[in-house]
Parts: sequence; structure tokens; C-alpha cells
Amino acid sequence: MSTATLTAAPEQAGGSKRPGRPKQNREAIFLFLPALLPVLLLSVYPLLRGIALGFTDARAGLNVDTNFIGFDNFAKLLHNELFWDSFRIGLIWTLSVTILQFVAALGLALLLNTNLKFRGVARTLALIPWAMPPVVVAIMWRLLLHPTNGPVNEILQSLHLTDHPINFLGDFSTALPAVIVVGVWVGMPMTTVTLLAGLQGIDRSLYEAAAVDGAGAWHQFWYITLPQLRTVIIAITSLDMIWNFNSFGLVYVLTAGGPGGKTMLPMLFAYNEAFRYGNFGMAAAMGDVMVVIIIVFLAFYLRSRLRSEA
Amino acid sequence: MRTRPTTRALQYLAVLCYLVFLAFPLLWLISSSLKSPQEFASITPSFLPKHPDLSNFSDALEEQGLVRSMLNSLQISVATTVLVLVVSLPVAYALARFRSRLRPVTNGWILVSQVFPVILIVIPLFLILRPLHLTNTIPGVVIVYMVWSLPFALWMLQGYVAAVPRELEEAASVDGASRVRTIVSIVMPLLRPGLIATAMFTFISAWNEFFFALVLLQDPQLKTLPLVLARFVGAEGQVQFGPLAAASVLATVPSLVFFAFLQRRLTSGLLSGAVKG
Repeated sequence: MSTATLTAAPEQAGGSKRPGRPKQNREAIFLFLPALLPVLLLSVYPLLRGIALGFTDARAGLNVDTNFIGFDNFAKLLHNELFWDSFRIGLIWTLSVTILQFVAALGLALLLNTNLKFRGVARTLALIPWAMPPVVVAIMWRLLLHPTNGPVNEILQSLHLTDHPINFLGDFSTALPAVIVVGVWVGMPMTTVTLLAGLQGIDRSLYEAAAVDGAGAWHQFWYITLPQLRTVIIAITSLDMIWNFNSFGLVYVLTAGGPGGKTMLPMLFAYNEAFRYGNFGMAAAMGDVMVVIIIVFLAFYLRSRLRSEA
Repeated sequence: MRTRPTTRALQYLAVLCYLVFLAFPLLWLISSSLKSPQEFASITPSFLPKHPDLSNFSDALEEQGLVRSMLNSLQISVATTVLVLVVSLPVAYALARFRSRLRPVTNGWILVSQVFPVILIVIPLFLILRPLHLTNTIPGVVIVYMVWSLPFALWMLQGYVAAVPRELEEAASVDGASRVRTIVSIVMPLLRPGLIATAMFTFISAWNEFFFALVLLQDPQLKTLPLVLARFVGAEGQVQFGPLAAASVLATVPSLVFFAFLQRRLTSGLLSGAVKG
């Protein structure tokens, strides 16, 4: 999906030198019109209203008064331990999935970038998880990890790695790691394709020059591949981080946040708050905190990454 | 560069491991969909079904609501795709061709819409659509999907538009064609691969979508396929693995078919010979 996104980003700044810009601007606005109303009504406005809802006591229901209550929701959240637990779980999930996804995807992308046979087939197969509906992915992994019928337990037992079947998704200690593995599985293809596109954009002559200077494979990887891939890596890991932090459907169907809240990602927590308990204001406040966390996180990440470039 | 045979062998081994990890789950799902209930009862599951048959599929299709939900999903996905194409083409064209002030604004919006968690958006959406009587309706879901597929569609399409050589358009306008005429008869045909790719991506994401549907559709008659599948799982204990696997396979087929087409599109050149010829 993001091959098109990240590699074909437009950069031509056409028509600026030609006279008649006002006319062009008017023409542009005309072309924008059909999209403008729906986007304003169903995207921009809801975003702003969603942020504002966090400062109200809005509740579900038809004739409920909504009052502005300032930072009350946030004050309550500060003392809500379940909420903090959920955030901790969300961070573990986001970081583990993003990092593992990246490492696994980089490995696969490097392999697919060599002149192995069947790499076309391999590339197609590697993309399959991306096209599947998240709900189906969750159902599929529930079958795979099933304690009595699942092949994973069967294989582990036949290798004598465990003597009793493990209830991966139902056990307190294994639920989060199991969910993380599924998350990596789902997100890997996209990351792989993006990294592969980046790899194919690296100038071959750099490697030839390095080889002439006697650099081995490891040196070439460390001093050419990684630096050349920097922008792509930063872009895709940032996106992965955002997507993973905001993910919902997969874990909702896999575990619904259980057992005992061990996989209760922030999105699931906020969803329950809004649509199970009807506390729209509180859920929106959680959403606000999530936005702030994402932005702070990205700011730190991008700053440190971009600074090391200098 | 020459590669040593041992390295080569290790590389093949590594690719094989990756492929097993990535492809085995789907193969298991397909195999499960062909197994009989007795086989699910056995303690040692086998990879290949012993007596493969399609009874799970017929059972799944008889299941209440499944066919209905497939039709709902199909309707929603097709409508979303058509709307997205109609709305995004002019915008993508403007984004790629004009340096207007709307460009940074649009690109900013595309970025912001990726960062914000949907929970913040879905509550106000719900509150906006309710007085318009669009919650719990298919048109309501379609316009929501349209708006939320736009960022990606625009991002993709403007890249394709930018790849259409400007000279072609200039030649057309020298020949006296109007802007609209130029877009319709010069740009659109060249954009066909881009439009097809965008359409497929939009279809797949609408077909697979879960969260908005979960919130906006309560009426059992209107539920989409992912909602119905998720409900099957919710009622665990009595869950029948065979039909569930079969229904999951059916839900995956459209996405995989489109994806197979896309795969080829993405690898073949976009503008083979348009300028040179």
C-alpha cells in the first residue's frame, strides 16, 4: 500500500511561474468543491468536536444535557488505575509490534532484494496478510492458537517444548505476547514492501565503490544500506507506530481486552467507556490523552532521528 | 556480486521460514474450512483434511444473516469506491497540478487524519449522523467510509497524476481543448491504472472495515460481514469451527482476488510508452 505513498510522493510545483495564478486558484477551488463539504462535515468538524468533547460531561442518550466541565475528566483519569494500566499495555504493544515488525520486515526485504529465485512469488505471498480483513485474521489466529485444536500447541507438544497445551490467548502471562505476534504478522507485509521499495532505490554504484574499497557485506549494510534507507525507515516506523497505537479490530476480536484486562489497549478501553458505559465525554478525554501521547512520542522520535542526521 | 553457496542456502532457508510464518496461517484456515466436525473433535489435528468437502461452506451460507451481511458489505464497498473515485479525481488533479494554498492544507489534513485515534472521531460522527437519521443506515456508513478513505486515495492518486507528463496536456490545450476536455480525454485514460489501483484499495479497505461499522450499525439486518463474523466468535462455547473457517475464507476471497490484480499493476510500469510512442 505505501509503496505508492512513500515512493511516488509528488513534488513538482507546477505552474507557479506562469501568469494567471488567481485564475488557477479559482480553478483549483472548483476542483476541490465536491470533496470539501463531506470532509468538513465528517472529518474536520468531528475531529474538533471530538477534542472539545473531552472537556464535557457528554453521555449517550437522546435528551441528555452536556456541560462544559473543564479538566474534570482529565483529573479523574489521573487517578484511574485501569486507564494507566491500559496505557502501559498500549505502549508495550505499540513498541514491541513496531520494533519486531521493523526488524522482521527489514530482514525479509533484504532477502527479497537479492537475486534469489522465486522472489516474485515470495513477495506476493508475503503480502497476503495485508489484504485480509482484520476480523478474519483474528478468527484465524484463534484457530491456530486454540488450546486443544490448534496446530501451534500440537507442534510445540510434538517437539516436547511443552507437556500441556497452552491457552495462549486466555492465559495471563501469554495473552499479550501472543497478541503481539499476531500484530507483527499483520503489519509486516506493508513494512516489507515499503522497505523493499527503498532498497531498490539505492544507487548500485555505492555498493560497487564500497566493494572496491574492500568493504564486506556487514560494512556495506551498516554504512550504505542503513543510511540510505533512513528517510524510508523513519517514515514507515512512524506510521507503524501510529497505526499500532490506534489499532482496534484485531485485538477486539482476538481477546476483547481479556483475560483480566491483560490486552486492554487504550482504544478498547475508550471504546468500552463510550459505547458500553455511555460516557462519551470521558472516552473523548481518553482520546485527547492518546493524541497528546502520539504527538509527543512522534516529536521525540523524529527529533532524535533527524538530529543524528546532522 | 558473487555469493557463497552456504550463504545462498541460508538465504533460501530464511525466506522459507518467513513464508511459512506468513502463509501457514491462511493455509490452515483453508484446510480447516474443508474439515468435518469429527476431525475438529480429534485431539491431534492434521494439516490436511482427511475427507475434504464443502459442507462447511453450505452450512455457513445457510447461517442466518451471513449472506445478507455479504450483500450489505458488497453494497457498501461498491458505493464507497464509486464515490471516492468521483470525489478524489478532481482533487488529486488539483493537488498535483496547481500550486494553490489548498495543497499544504490538504496534505496537513491527510497527515492529521492518520494520527488521530478513531475513538475521537466516531463519537462526534455518531452525534452528527443521528439527527440526520443516518446512523444505522447504509448511506450513513458509505459517506463515513468515503471521507475516511479519501486521505489515502488522494495520496495515491496525486502520485499517479503527477506521473502523467505535462507535455501531453499542454499539447492538447495548444490544439484548443478546454481544461475539462483535457482531463477527460487525455489525463483520465492515462490514469486508468491509477484509478483501478485506487478503486481496489478503497474497496478492500471498505470491505475489511470494522470499527465504524461496529459503532454505526446496530440493526442486525444491516450488519456487515466483519460484524457478523465477529459475533460468531463472541458466542464461544458453541462455536462451530468448520463453518466459521468457511465463512472467514469467503470473507477473504474478494480482497485476495483484487489484491492479486493489484500486485501485477504495481509491478508493471504505469506509463509504458505513453510519451515515447
